[in-house]
Amino acid sequence: MRDWLIYRTFWDLTVSGVALGLIYALIALGYTMVYGVLRLINFAHSEIFMVGTFGVLISLTQVFGINLFEDGEYPYRSGIALVMILIGSTVAAMVVSGAGAVVLERTAYRPLRGAGDTFGAVVLAFLTGLIASFLFTDSMMTNLMIAAVITGPLAVVYVRIFRKGRQAPRLAFLISAIGASMAMAEAGATWGRDERVMYKTPRVLEKKVLLNFYGADVRIDYVIVAFGAILMMTALLLFVNRTRLGRGIRAVAQDAETARILGVNVNSVILVTFLLGGAMAGGAAMMFTLVYDQTRFNIGFLLGVKSFTAAVLGGIGNIKGALLGGIVLGLAENYGSAIFGGQWKDVIAFIVLLVVLMFRPTGILGESLGKARV
Amino acid sequence: MKKSNLLRAGAVLVSLSFVVTACGGSDDEASDTTAPAAAATCDNPVASIALQFPETGDAANLGAPMLKGATLAINEFNAANPDACVTLKTFDTQGDPAKAPAVAQSVIDDATILGLIGPGFSGESLAALPLYDEAGLATITGSATNATIQEQGFKVFHRILANDAVQGPAVAKYIAETLKPASVGIIDDASDYGKGLADAVKAAAGDSVVATDSIDPKAADFSAAVSKMKDANPEVIFFGGYYGEAAKLSTQLRDAGVESTLVFGDGVKDQAGYADAAGPAAEGALIACPCKDGSADFTAAWQAAYSEVPGTYGAEYYDAANVLLNIIKAGAADRAAVLAAVKAYDAAGITKQIKFTANGEATEASTIYMYKVTDGKITYVADIK
Amino acid sequence: MSLTDAFRRRTAPQLRVSNKFRSLPKSARWSIGAIIIAACYFTPYWPDVPVLGWIVNTPGTSFENVLTDQIMMFILVALGLNVVVGFAGLLDLGYVGFYAVGAYTTAVMTSGQFSWPWIAAMPLSILMAMIAGVVLGTPTLRLRGDYLAIVTLGFGEIIRITANNSDWLGGPRGINKIARPPSFGPFEFSVLNAKPYWYLGFTVILIVIFALTRLENSRVGRAWAAVREDEDAAELMGVNTFKFKLWAFAIGAAIGGLAGALYASKVGFINPDNFQLQLSILFLAAVVLGGTGSMYGVIMGGILVAWIPERFRGFDTRRYFVFGVVLVLVMVFRPQGIIPRRTAAAGISGKEESE
Repeated sequence: MRDWLIYRTFWDLTVSGVALGLIYALIALGYTMVYGVLRLINFAHSEIFMVGTFGVLISLTQVFGINLFEDGEYPYRSGIALVMILIGSTVAAMVVSGAGAVVLERTAYRPLRGAGDTFGAVVLAFLTGLIASFLFTDSMMTNLMIAAVITGPLAVVYVRIFRKGRQAPRLAFLISAIGASMAMAEAGATWGRDERVMYKTPRVLEKKVLLNFYGADVRIDYVIVAFGAILMMTALLLFVNRTRLGRGIRAVAQDAETARILGVNVNSVILVTFLLGGAMAGGAAMMFTLVYDQTRFNIGFLLGVKSFTAAVLGGIGNIKGALLGGIVLGLAENYGSAIFGGQWKDVIAFIVLLVVLMFRPTGILGESLGKARV
Repeated sequence: MKKSNLLRAGAVLVSLSFVVTACGGSDDEASDTTAPAAAATCDNPVASIALQFPETGDAANLGAPMLKGATLAINEFNAANPDACVTLKTFDTQGDPAKAPAVAQSVIDDATILGLIGPGFSGESLAALPLYDEAGLATITGSATNATIQEQGFKVFHRILANDAVQGPAVAKYIAETLKPASVGIIDDASDYGKGLADAVKAAAGDSVVATDSIDPKAADFSAAVSKMKDANPEVIFFGGYYGEAAKLSTQLRDAGVESTLVFGDGVKDQAGYADAAGPAAEGALIACPCKDGSADFTAAWQAAYSEVPGTYGAEYYDAANVLLNIIKAGAADRAAVLAAVKAYDAAGITKQIKFTANGEATEASTIYMYKVTDGKITYVADIK
Repeated sequence: MSLTDAFRRRTAPQLRVSNKFRSLPKSARWSIGAIIIAACYFTPYWPDVPVLGWIVNTPGTSFENVLTDQIMMFILVALGLNVVVGFAGLLDLGYVGFYAVGAYTTAVMTSGQFSWPWIAAMPLSILMAMIAGVVLGTPTLRLRGDYLAIVTLGFGEIIRITANNSDWLGGPRGINKIARPPSFGPFEFSVLNAKPYWYLGFTVILIVIFALTRLENSRVGRAWAAVREDEDAAELMGVNTFKFKLWAFAIGAAIGGLAGALYASKVGFINPDNFQLQLSILFLAAVVLGGTGSMYGVIMGGILVAWIPERFRGFDTRRYFVFGVVLVLVMVFRPQGIIPRRTAAAGISGKEESE
């Protein structure tokens, strides 16, 4: 009976699986690009995505002033207004996520590469001041004032003691990333509008069924996700392959030391990589809210783990691999859940990963981003 | 080289010492925190009661109404009894059984604490109750509904609402006798609470169950479960889990064109978390609950204090706190006296007449109340006897 | 400049302490060690000591139980994970899986399905975790670096989800009434007295430290170091890298299982929520924070990761924010960890410094 179920719902599962897979793929791009350039699992990327969904939420409710419901119904928009809202919110999410990724890079990673700068020192000093201020008061305003006062002198100290030119062990990056991830998620949870609740985002796009494909409803939001994801990935591929900065990224991915000697500004290449990865996560955040219209402070964690799995599955450091890995993972989860039951979804995802890695130890398409080393 | 080494060590020390010194100031405010409209008016408390619940962590949204309900009761009591006021001390477990024993020990070590409301969840209850039992500290939970907790026969355990073993069959009965569907689909969230309830409904619903599935509550996408339900197209879908997932699931089911009647358990009875969040998708959903809407006075008081409608289990925690407060007011001055008085307690609360069986279960816990989302509001429809 | 001069010049402050200690006469070293060990046995009483008590005591939760339920477990787990990550250089993000296997074995054997005595369940728990390590390691250890990380992460999740979906293992309800260690002499393992658990646990920790020190300085330890520094070179030199990696996995897993078994018998109740993925990440944080590969470092890391969030309960909901920021700060200013590995601190280790 169970295989009949997958037979009957096959296309339904396929459509929703691909949509989810594309969102995985967009998030996976951030992991894969940073990994390609730095050989670092950017563990905090999941929170960059989370920040992006909050960007969408703020854009929709504050900038465009849309309520969650209007008279108990969804606040659907149409025509030019809808297009403006969608584009505006996408841009907002990409800006917020991109900025988040840049701050993250300069604060939590760059000092570990032995290239710490004033910006990172100021942020770290501010955070130190902030946690120190918790000692004196619970009032947010006072906390911020104390932190601001401490920031200046402490930043001067921090800048002086950043290790210049000494690379930290790779595991240190991982733990710094985990710390940053934890701090960002907790900041979202603690200083959100309400503590730790799920936020619904207003649904502006009516989820019309465009066509019925062997019993599967192809909804407009799925089509937009597919279209948007392909567009963003094409743009990214063109950027990496055709532009000067893209060439820099590939050069650093291949051999950072040689690239440096040949005059590539490695730090700015890394910054651009983070910016691009963040922007992709922002795009993913928009797609995600379009389909699921919700977010929460911890929404990034599981999606991040899955997306990283997708990146590894496709071949980490490989942009096309992220796309393929995302779709394979999304489909495997859906088919697997239909066959074995939803409680085994994650088990299936990881078994697929294990089996693929058994036969292709560097993922389906292999590592790449400028044909990096194996 | 040497200098920068020293400086670096210095910086770490400075940063850490900020943190370390921070604890000094926080010692005294540690346990009696975050009471909105604080119980700070209580200068010479005669006693204190403890609340063990998830204040932080993933489940903190479920913990918030527990604190609000208990705080409301304390504040009203202290306003009425300024000479014999009582403090509420809160203990955060994050709902994590691993942290529960340490928290329980610290509750026990505080001699001013005469009784405990909570623990909030079943898992932390199982980890903490052996300690409370040994110490003879009476506990009254308003939310841990797992039916297996009392298998161990704890002396101190009391539960102010019906457990899952009562609720599950009652829901199945309501579905069978009132909705009379030809087919039922059942989904659970793979949690202790959700799966327990869903299994109980499934067992009682018997042959009419045509499709079952589990979802991962941390995931955002439930499309496999939705496809399954869409394919089976049952007349009624029961979901065992909490309101956050119920809202997501309702939305996704409706988006996929599934028109089945949705039925939920008590974890979904939350106006803001479910009905307000799911909007049109929640319309017409049925929610069973061993809990009763508090009195109009209670709702008004809650509204005045927090500018929102009472949350899930808020009324139960209000009642539970009042049981202990009334006992302390009546003169019980040590833990043994409080425990004896809880066992003998028999008075009206806002949710029911509160009286416990020898087992610690509420005597009036056989009734399950059915609610329905109508025009976006969770409203009472019927008793299920 | 002679080599020793160069060494001395680059010596970090904590190594100077360590070197000074090593240069003391043997009798002095033994007595200092004995005093420290004795002081550690009295840890449950530390909150009663002036100043020290003010520093260590955890407000709003019982220090004694934090010590046994969390700090003790984190020390053991950090020691075990350090074998995998620090000695053999394998990134394992699913270590909580072995912890779960140990805990579940004890739970099932003494309460869930059978009623074995505690003393019999303990070795079986260690054995089962070790088997789990070998079963996980055999197919995956041919993978390198971060591929291994994600696969182990998956295994940790698979173990948790399986426990959640298996009625035999108690499902989401978990297993309660797990057996406590048998009381002997004045040490009664009761519900309201956590101290004996610390005496037992600290003894176990001492035994593990002793065993691991011997191991690290043996042929196996040197093979691990070779694998860690350059796997290809080690292979070329005739080291059977797979075998030694598998050993590291099995030994690490066994210690994790031991920690899980102790946890289960202390708290008396486990459910799958105790073994979330986040815990694996905290375990790894303990190892790296303390100093990857340095035995005393990872102990310090385990203590801090378990203790900081409990110590700063006064910060309420903000304490995990504080914890996250502290992780970043420590990594930025002490990337080798709080107490680095000797070779790393002295700057003579290869890979980690240069890459």
